[in-house]
Amino acid sequence: MTTDHAADIDRHVRVYITVFVALMVLTIVTVSIAEFHLPLPIAVTVALLVATIKGSLVACYFMHLISEKKLIYAVLLLTAAFFAALLALPVLTVHDGFWIR
Amino acid sequence: MDIPYTVEVRRDTGLNNGKIGIWLFLASEVMLFGALFASYILIRTGAHSWPRGDTILNVPLATFNTIVLISSSVTMVMAWASLMRHRFGTFRLYMGGTILLGFVFLVVKYFEYGHKFHDGLFPSTNNFLAIYFTLTGLHMLHVFGGMCVNAYFWGPGSKLWKTNPEWFTNRVENSGLFWHFVDLVWIFLFPTLYLL
Repeated sequence: MTTDHAADIDRHVRVYITVFVALMVLTIVTVSIAEFHLPLPIAVTVALLVATIKGSLVACYFMHLISEKKLIYAVLLLTAAFFAALLALPVLTVHDGFWIR
Repeated sequence: MDIPYTVEVRRDTGLNNGKIGIWLFLASEVMLFGALFASYILIRTGAHSWPRGDTILNVPLATFNTIVLISSSVTMVMAWASLMRHRFGTFRLYMGGTILLGFVFLVVKYFEYGHKFHDGLFPSTNNFLAIYFTLTGLHMLHVFGGMCVNAYFWGPGSKLWKTNPEWFTNRVENSGLFWHFVDLVWIFLFPTLYLL
């Protein structure tokens, strides 16, 4: 193992520790916000926003997505598109009888 | 015949086969959980009334489990980093910690489920509990599956380190990607089911 390689891994480890602390703080934020009993639309928005930040930290740093190959990004982009379509399906039922009869 | 591209990268993908394989698998997992989340949204928006999760579920226990699972993600990535530093002993410590934290998560869920059943709350009781048990049950199966794979790499599978350390490191990285995905799912399940 070269000195550069070892230094690179050490730098990664410092990032992992920082992300861990950030995830802990955001977990406390999530639970604390719920104590305020905000109106549902605001509560959902805030909770999902914090969860998305936490999820992005895990994906980017623990799963190394921040420095991944293009093919992985392409796979995930396609997945994200289908995932969004899947989550949008219930919305179609709101427009009474327009899309789904 | 040897399995191709376990260590060296393919010229067309720029990746080894294990890496692309695990990401394709995770893509399918996103759709699996996505279907259940979409069902949850549909059932909840269509319901006349819906209970807040914290009126039925145990938030302190779930918060504890969130901390446990996030900690296990850190030990997992540290296990991989230990292999990258060629420190096999440290790898086993961190991997052992990951398995142990996964076990703690399952034990807490066991008590949580047990308490619900004791109170006469079952999946058949109402839609909220049906979606709660389905989503958390499926997630628990994933935790258990990840623990089995990690236990294999901690124990018998670690023999590969002696003959092909790079391949072993790649396998641990792929196992870690699955474990982090399981953590990621919980990060969304926790506020959705327990706090809203």
